[in-house]
Amino acid sequence: MIDVTALTKTYGAHRAVDDLTFTARPGRVTGFLGPNGAGKSTAMRMMVGLTPPTSGTATVCGRRFADLPNPPREVGVLLDASAQHAGRTGREILTIAARTIGLPISRVGESLEQVSLTATEADRRVRHYSLGMRQRLGIAAALIGDPDVLILDEPANGLDPAGIRWMRDVLREFSQRGGTVLLSSHLLGEIEVVADDIVVIGHGRIVAQGTKAELLAGAGTFVVPADPADAATLVRACTDAGVEVVRDSDGGLRVEAEAPAVGRLAHRADVPLAQLRAADGAGLEEMFLQLTADTQRETPAPLRGAAA
Amino acid sequence: MSTTLTPAPAAPTGTPARAPRTDLTRPPFGRLVRVEARKTFDTRAGLWLSASIVVLAVLATGAVIAFAPDEALTYEQFASAIGIPMAVILPMLAILSITSEWSQRSGLATFTMVPSRGRVIAAKAVVSLLVGVVSMVVALGVGALGTLVGSLLTGLDPVWDVSPSEFASIVVANLLGMAVGFMLGVLLRSSPAAIVGYFVFTFVVPTLSMTLAAFQDRWADAQPWADFGYAQTALFDGWPDGEQWAQLGVSSLPWLVVPMLVGLWLVTRSEVK
Repeated sequence: MIDVTALTKTYGAHRAVDDLTFTARPGRVTGFLGPNGAGKSTAMRMMVGLTPPTSGTATVCGRRFADLPNPPREVGVLLDASAQHAGRTGREILTIAARTIGLPISRVGESLEQVSLTATEADRRVRHYSLGMRQRLGIAAALIGDPDVLILDEPANGLDPAGIRWMRDVLREFSQRGGTVLLSSHLLGEIEVVADDIVVIGHGRIVAQGTKAELLAGAGTFVVPADPADAATLVRACTDAGVEVVRDSDGGLRVEAEAPAVGRLAHRADVPLAQLRAADGAGLEEMFLQLTADTQRETPAPLRGAAA
Repeated sequence: MSTTLTPAPAAPTGTPARAPRTDLTRPPFGRLVRVEARKTFDTRAGLWLSASIVVLAVLATGAVIAFAPDEALTYEQFASAIGIPMAVILPMLAILSITSEWSQRSGLATFTMVPSRGRVIAAKAVVSLLVGVVSMVVALGVGALGTLVGSLLTGLDPVWDVSPSEFASIVVANLLGMAVGFMLGVLLRSSPAAIVGYFVFTFVVPTLSMTLAAFQDRWADAQPWADFGYAQTALFDGWPDGEQWAQLGVSSLPWLVVPMLVGLWLVTRSEVK
């Protein structure tokens, strides 16, 4: 469990993190999504006590991180996979971690296995690691203490598609065992495939948060009439019902309502449908772009169609 | 649509959180010291820097035997020849033990594993102290070996002209040098800056001070009490007397103690990025 309350960090006049409040819950993967420079890393550094907050609090497992007696046993942290002494081998870095935490050295081999780093790779110096290997090593270091909570900053960065799938499986399994995962990314796709809850941040502020289902529901329903000529009828039916609707370029409609409601509307308007489904990731992506554009520029970007 | 969605209480999926751990204890200080000692030698840079103390001690001994006149092959000769490289390398070890956490950014991992930075820094200080003392004892041994070999080669009796108190004061001088390195490390938290700072501290500042003393009578009078480098020279002329200790203590305040306190405060407060 991670509890962040009114967390704020200012550098002079610049508010890097502005009144951040959210909770990452056990058994769930919480995605921390935002464009580069949105304040994700600063927020995460405050959660683990590396950066003193200007105001607000962050607790992990019910305590301030600095008050945890032996943090790696409760919280696995990966903030920057490249932040390691380049002259140490991967195995040495994990050995230092195991010794610091007070774990048997056998844990080193186990966690190397967990992240599929071979013995040969483990004995090479980190200087010669690819970013993907560094991420795996960083995950191994985060998992070595068998923690309940994971805090990972851009862990998928530098991973190939197979690596991203592997990461997703690791995090999913971790959360299914009751663990809490908070991971950040500036790429929606990465968050979308793994997160249960999403916190979207732009310019240091939260611009949206909720379960993935809720945020996807916000994207509406995608519907395609069997006969393209019926599109106008369906649009009128939706507008009459007070539901906002946008025509897609390829004959489909995006309706701001749940799928069953849209189905009933189409049925009443006597419009046979070829497709009826929840608007997919594109909706969340659009929302992400829109939300971040809102906060990245002072003037809101024009929103799609009538759905403003 | 609204741009802010209210957070709905998430329906817990999966199994509930695991029972809280009961076996959690702070890592004992001795463990932190062992880990920091390991970190001193587990990189090529650290290993070679440490090895170079022994290598240079042997080279310096060889040079004294090869080049010094026979009657100058005294223990003191060996000791001072070995002492010069040591006086440079030991502070570097002290500096790097601190600054590599920032310059190599390993501090991100170190200080999230052990959030009480003061304990980590204290462990590093203990390791530096141990490395300093062990190195001095090694130097003592190498110097003694050189003296014996020298006397064998020249046929003269070995001259043991370093008293225990002289040796002790040289140890103190080297430990003070390491303390200065440590101070610059915590104050600057950057390897290149701290290393440059050390050379400025030990070579440039004393020269400036001497020059100033030559022209300024008031500085010349104050120098033993205000110039830390000057006060340390007493350590190389045998065991200092009471007044010289007092001068060391007083002059260390502005040059070592106060900047060290500021540095320690910065280390515990600053951001680790």
